[in-house]
Amino acid sequence: MQTRFTPTQLADPELAACNQVLRSCVHCGFCTATCPTFVLFGDELDSPRGRIYLMQEMLESGAPPAPEVVLHIDRCLSCLSCMTTCPSGVHYMHLVDYARTYIERTFHRPAAERTLRAVLATMLPHPSRFRLALLAARGLRPLSRLFPKRHRLGAQLRAMLELMPASLPARSATDAPRVHPAQGRRRARVALLAGCAQQVLAPSINEAAVRLLTRLGIEVVVAKGAGCCGALVHHLGRHTDALDAARRNIAAWQAEIDGPDLDAIIVTASGCGTMVKDYGFLFRNAPEREAAESISALACDISEFLSGLGYEPTRPPPGVRLAYHAACSLQHGQRITAEPKALLARAGFTVVEPAEPHLCCGSAGTYNLLQPEIATRLRARKLAHLEETGATVIAAGNIGCITQLASGRLPVVHPVELLDWMAGGPKPAVL
Amino acid sequence: MIALPEPKPEVLARRDAILAGIAPLVGPEAVIDEPHCLRAYESDGLASYRQAPLAVVLPETTEQVAAVLRFCRREGVRVVPRGAGTSLSGGALPLADAVVIGLMRMNRILTIDYVDRVATVQAGVTNLGITAAVAKKSFFYAPDPSSQLACMIGGNIAMNSGGAHCLKYGVTANNVLGLTIVTIEGEILALGGAHLDAAGYDWLGILTGSEGQLAIVTEVTVRILRASEGTRAMLAAFRSNEVAGACVAAIIGSGIIPVALEFMDRPAIHACEAFAHAGYPLDAEAMLIIEVEGNQAEQDDLLARLGEITRRFDPSSVRVAATPEESAAIWKGRKGAFGAVGRISPDYLCMDGVIPTSQLPRVLRRIGEMSSAYGLAVANIFHAGDGNLHPLILFDANDPQSMAKAEEFGAEILKLCVAVGGCLTGEHGVGVEKRDLMPVQFSPADLDQQRRVKSAFDPDWLLNPSKVFPLTVAPPVVRAA
Repeated sequence: MQTRFTPTQLADPELAACNQVLRSCVHCGFCTATCPTFVLFGDELDSPRGRIYLMQEMLESGAPPAPEVVLHIDRCLSCLSCMTTCPSGVHYMHLVDYARTYIERTFHRPAAERTLRAVLATMLPHPSRFRLALLAARGLRPLSRLFPKRHRLGAQLRAMLELMPASLPARSATDAPRVHPAQGRRRARVALLAGCAQQVLAPSINEAAVRLLTRLGIEVVVAKGAGCCGALVHHLGRHTDALDAARRNIAAWQAEIDGPDLDAIIVTASGCGTMVKDYGFLFRNAPEREAAESISALACDISEFLSGLGYEPTRPPPGVRLAYHAACSLQHGQRITAEPKALLARAGFTVVEPAEPHLCCGSAGTYNLLQPEIATRLRARKLAHLEETGATVIAAGNIGCITQLASGRLPVVHPVELLDWMAGGPKPAVL
Repeated sequence: MIALPEPKPEVLARRDAILAGIAPLVGPEAVIDEPHCLRAYESDGLASYRQAPLAVVLPETTEQVAAVLRFCRREGVRVVPRGAGTSLSGGALPLADAVVIGLMRMNRILTIDYVDRVATVQAGVTNLGITAAVAKKSFFYAPDPSSQLACMIGGNIAMNSGGAHCLKYGVTANNVLGLTIVTIEGEILALGGAHLDAAGYDWLGILTGSEGQLAIVTEVTVRILRASEGTRAMLAAFRSNEVAGACVAAIIGSGIIPVALEFMDRPAIHACEAFAHAGYPLDAEAMLIIEVEGNQAEQDDLLARLGEITRRFDPSSVRVAATPEESAAIWKGRKGAFGAVGRISPDYLCMDGVIPTSQLPRVLRRIGEMSSAYGLAVANIFHAGDGNLHPLILFDANDPQSMAKAEEFGAEILKLCVAVGGCLTGEHGVGVEKRDLMPVQFSPADLDQQRRVKSAFDPDWLLNPSKVFPLTVAPPVVRAA
């Protein structure tokens, strides 16, 4: 597509990268069909192609965006379904990531919105703060209905309370910095991203991953100093915070890379995996470039890693019909589609897929807190499709989806918990 | 650059009153008038031409469409209908003084009847959405434009869209049984029905391919077909475009009608392979995708006969898809071809001429020569079995000279198509893109007769004006009886 950036603008490496993305779009419109918000709203402005137009004009103008423009970009889930669909290879993710940063820098949001975003950015990425906040807010949960749905902030606060777990699992020792030694002969050595919100909400996921990996002869390191991957703040447009988080992880893992061989960096939350795999791009013009690139290259979703390892169950098939929910960050962000299903089938489950598997469940990081109305509609659509499959369990490879879908009739677990169970681990608690 | 008519100053001056008049008809949520937001509607799949409209309206019912049209007629406001905005001929290009009526919210499947093999859907259902709705009973809707994932059935009616599988099953016009249309007066009419052969004049024939100039289609009844027992795709690679073209002519000449017969040249093969990873032959100059269907014996027999014919043209390789996944990947590349060309060029103009298949070698050779003369690369991807060419002229819209040259080159290709006994457009419609070439195909008397049809439906030329007919001639003054 034609662009109208000035030579001065193009001297800015961020804008130059955006220009490249924009030029690769040929405006064919394929992306509209698989965009969850276009499916809901039937409006070009809520489609990737429409947003590309809005972002192009915003960036070319160099001026603060109009509130209407922010509205439609905020409504983007960053599910990246458009990238799977796009025949031209438009890197929408890099464009929208920068647009969010640009909006954060130039647009003045209403006070309530600003405060909510700041609270999310300061709480969620820090497990101890997040845990405290959840414990403190637990008393408010029964009051969620008092928050008016029609008021924007009211709806957001209500969504927050409704998504909170009824009880909080105990802190797990798995996620503290340490080495989990391999059982038997050591086949490989990997680092595990302990993450942030997941270890508070569902520590059982990393526990299962460590049990399964060590049983398979893998030494698992939880690196000291590594923490949140930065995705959460990145999607809120807080670029500097995201870089800081990424830099801490790069330093922590680099120390491991410099030690004995490191074969992979394992991520059990696919939202985080997509982010870590993008570190190389984020630091493309920074001194950390080389380290960031090698870390992105080592990053692996747990299903990706297990597929290359040869997983075998030890228990007899459980006779469970299981619906596989493809997390967007996994299917679109990392293009990992077949591996989790194949592993689950190998483990003895009857794996079925819901209709519209490409559509997002509405979780999308903090989206279900910031855009509760859209997120709720997408969740209802997804749950209906999942329940239509006749499955008794849902497996999803991302903590965001797991939390989002937990309000349905069926239990939701991470595939690694099921794989661990079938290979000798404990039965997941929710089953 | 294509000229657009001057906006009516009196309409622009009444903008606020017009918006205030439309909002209560559809609800304020369904009207877009913010200037930044209007820009997202300023073009369709032909992104080189752009014009933001006065406003965009997104109705949800036929009655709302009727109310808006009635209002626009009374106020003398031009109207541009729009589906998914995937037109490659600028069919949905707005005008500065026009209201765009977007039908994307009318996306419901209304009825499906497997016994009578018909489905009725709203105009904003995507082409693939129809097939998706009936696939669980092994049915499908046959016409399959490459944009079928996104393009909407209302737009398919407007352009009489084709597709890879139309070689066997016919184009949109052959698969539509009934329409609900809204006239510019706001009258709602039902044409045809859930049966073959509509009574009376062939209104469906007039409406299908009328490019949104006669009425707005809001509901469509289409024929759905039982899917065959199985399909298999064969890839045959050749040493030159002309040889592949000659092979196509030989296949069609032999009397075999494969379900699809598609052509891709070297640049297209490379761009599509990068997207679809289908195992296309990267060393070939040209490639044919030949698909057959039926039971195993039928498939084997057809593939054997097709193999025999292709071998006469010294193919560099021939491969038959071994699994449904391989076939799917082969089609994913072909269907995504236009977009995939975005990987090798920032912009392209997609031509849509039709020629007799016997002329393929000659025309392909001439296109190659023109490409050298203009200094602009071409990627050829097209429905070879139908003789429906899609040369994609690659250019850079950031360079105005490159754009002008591309337009000139395109015009020369289309003139060549007419000269060898073909026509300007196969399935994309005339739109604005081929509008000024219409006199190459039609005599002034022909054009005048066509304009009279338009005037009979829309005496004030409010519906999608400035498309299809050259602007140089004023519309004839004809009043509907």
